Amino acid sequence: MRGGKDRSTLMCLGIPGRVVETWLEHGILMGKVDFDGVSKRVCLAHVPAVKPGDYVVVHVGFALSQIDEVEAKRVFAFLERMEQLDELAVESADEPGGDGSGV
Amino acid sequence: MASDVPRVSVADLLGTCPAPFTQYDRVLLGHGSGGRLSADLIHRLFLPAFDNEALRRLDDQAVCDLAPHADARVAFTTDSYVVQPIFFPGGDIGRLAVHGTVNDLAVGGATPLFLSAAFILEEGLPIADLTRVVTSMREACDAAGVVLVTGDTKVVDRGKGDQLFITTSGVGVVPRGRSLSASACRPGDRIVVSGTIGDHGIAIMSVREGLEFETTLESDTAPLADLTRAMLEACPGIRCMRDPTRGGLSSALHELAAASNVGVRLSEAAIPVRPEVRGACELLGLDPLYVANEGKLVAVVPPAEADALLAAMQAHPLGVNAAVIGEIVDEHRGMVTMRSVVGGTRVVTMLAGEQLPRIC
Amino acid sequence: MKYLDEYRDPVAAEKLVQAITRTATRPWTIMEVCGGQTHTIVKYGIDEMLPRGIDLVHGPGCPVCVTSLETIDRAHAIASRPDVVFCSFGDMLRVPGSRGDLLQLKSHGSQVRVVYSPLDAVQIAAANPDRQVVFFAIGFETTAPPNAMAVWLAAERRLTNFSVLVSHVLVPPAITAILEAPDNRVQAFLGPGHVCTVVGYEEYEPIAARHGVPIVITGFEPVDMLEGLLMAVTRLEQGRAGVDNAYGRVVRREGNPASRALIEEVFEVCDRKWRGVGTIPASGLRLRERYRSFDAELRFDVDAIETQESAVCISGEILRGVRKPRECPAFATTCTPMTPLGATMVSAEGACAAYYAYGRHLETAPVTLHGV
Repeated sequence: MRGGKDRSTLMCLGIPGRVVETWLEHGILMGKVDFDGVSKRVCLAHVPAVKPGDYVVVHVGFALSQIDEVEAKRVFAFLERMEQLDELAVESADEPGGDGSGV
Repeated sequence: MASDVPRVSVADLLGTCPAPFTQYDRVLLGHGSGGRLSADLIHRLFLPAFDNEALRRLDDQAVCDLAPHADARVAFTTDSYVVQPIFFPGGDIGRLAVHGTVNDLAVGGATPLFLSAAFILEEGLPIADLTRVVTSMREACDAAGVVLVTGDTKVVDRGKGDQLFITTSGVGVVPRGRSLSASACRPGDRIVVSGTIGDHGIAIMSVREGLEFETTLESDTAPLADLTRAMLEACPGIRCMRDPTRGGLSSALHELAAASNVGVRLSEAAIPVRPEVRGACELLGLDPLYVANEGKLVAVVPPAEADALLAAMQAHPLGVNAAVIGEIVDEHRGMVTMRSVVGGTRVVTMLAGEQLPRIC
Repeated sequence: MKYLDEYRDPVAAEKLVQAITRTATRPWTIMEVCGGQTHTIVKYGIDEMLPRGIDLVHGPGCPVCVTSLETIDRAHAIASRPDVVFCSFGDMLRVPGSRGDLLQLKSHGSQVRVVYSPLDAVQIAAANPDRQVVFFAIGFETTAPPNAMAVWLAAERRLTNFSVLVSHVLVPPAITAILEAPDNRVQAFLGPGHVCTVVGYEEYEPIAARHGVPIVITGFEPVDMLEGLLMAVTRLEQGRAGVDNAYGRVVRREGNPASRALIEEVFEVCDRKWRGVGTIPASGLRLRERYRSFDAELRFDVDAIETQESAVCISGEILRGVRKPRECPAFATTCTPMTPLGATMVSAEGACAAYYAYGRHLETAPVTLHGV
């Protein structure tokens, strides 16, 4: 069975990749997207504003959306705030030299 | 009976057409018939390519002298190669065949010595392709220090053979007193891999799936006998070694767990994987644990010798990325578990069915 | 890999687990909708990292699993025709119909091609004008834009030899059906991240309000899922129904306008039968009138389909989160990925397949977190 595979792409599989170049094919915006050193041809028709260097989420050869850098950092900022709050709580409970994060 | 009907000799029927071998640019059924065309193929392609004393004799068998290794045991292995495509980044079916057989001997602690090669050719295979494969095999034999001493060629009709299949068998010698075995693993032993996993399978898939790589991702096919020699010199206490080909690291570790009746516990973060291979695996929905390797080995070693083994491997060109990836445990016998990068632990199951067909 | 590795960071994951543990004071049952999310949970052992009271049940978010048997049989009938090149995502190849699967058809000489993208099928049609090329267009809303693009492109290029067999399913009606079932246990949902990337999450707001449940739109990596779980548990503890977006880096409330427009152009809503669940009204997509000429169901006359489902399989209950795979007597015994009895084992994304792949049938007890 040439080219076939047993277990293959999951249907909600959307992988983040970096747009390397773009061009038009039959009037449709296409692009080369890089995934850590391996690249694939992807249809960019629904992310018309992307430029090389931007990141997109790709599903079955199709870019679903551009990745928002600011939003991407949000959860980590939240965790940092949480850690700072933990540390404050520890200080105010007057424990000697404690490490707030416990991780 | 008309007098102008040409008389046909038996010699003609058996293919004594005097046209030279090089006049044909493709393999014909006659090349496998045992007649003139076959002889042409042997004398003009195989013999010059492999050129050695045993082969030159063209006997039905090769008789080899084991006197220099009188006090050793004989190791013997065989494999068939049906990889598609036959030429891929980093190698070809011939190179793969030589390395694969050499490695099966090497991981048993044997010094590989002699190889045989049986070819099944599809009618219509370009002679240029066959020449390329055979030349590649000769180079691989030289690099691995083995000699191809006997062989066979058969040709099947067009459509019945998919270009080229190769079966190689290999003979090597294991010094007396050395006995590596899959059943020798003990709780506490460390599991070491010689480098990045998944390279070969992904190199093959890249051709099939039209993936491009920024830096060409090549198969890692390589002969490991020199590495295993260095490893056994540094650590004679190595319990066993395996080359994780079809089914990848997972299959090899399951074999060890079952044979030794122990558990295997891995740490995902410790397993070396090239970024492009990871990227390709994410894209294709594959797990590197199950992807074939052709120039890597996994070894089990007593804990006290782990550091020395790692140092010896990392000093060798084929072991620069060697790493300890887990340990043998006394729990969940026969099973392989893995602690994920995130911290949770899961069972690594045996691959059911063929994840990547025609991979080696 | 950027935007992937950070979301697998063990330190961040541990912090989120601790936050969930601190926040939860009562048991809660939460359903993740997507098969990809189920995979993450089982693969990384996320359910085993959570405090005991949090029960994760798995939803019907596996489009391969829920494709009706009639549709599968119809696909096989079309693929058997000598004039057809049948193109499909790899997942569908081993899905058993009433008589065998696409892989077996291929081994008997049928032209079955695995494609990575629906646009590849259009290329095949353009390159083979003498063959009829049919693409099996299944999936949730996530796959609707690429499938719509394939049809639109075929129309633009005036290809007469391309058609699609459509079996799209929509998530919101499925969630509603689950919530309205009398035996429903689900108290909150982790919403489908990539579906919502395409269509947005406005539709989920009335569902959350009407049924009084939290719905948190969640991504697929371990940190994404733990963040989604934390937000869900927080709302549950506070008794606040509503929708949150925990996948803000790709999901916007209105989704992707270009995708929505193309889906609207090519498809319309219809009733759809979900394997293991039954017919859910207005839960599917079919081609609009103006694109009906590309409908493989109309182009190819196939005999009446008679289907036969396993009597033993409890897929329906698993898809609605009422039972778990390990509660099924056939799980990992008579029903395995090689010999699947029903919907949730046939696809790699199904809950039963995920449990099997990650060895849940081999665990006697949850494997300890800090074992290594």
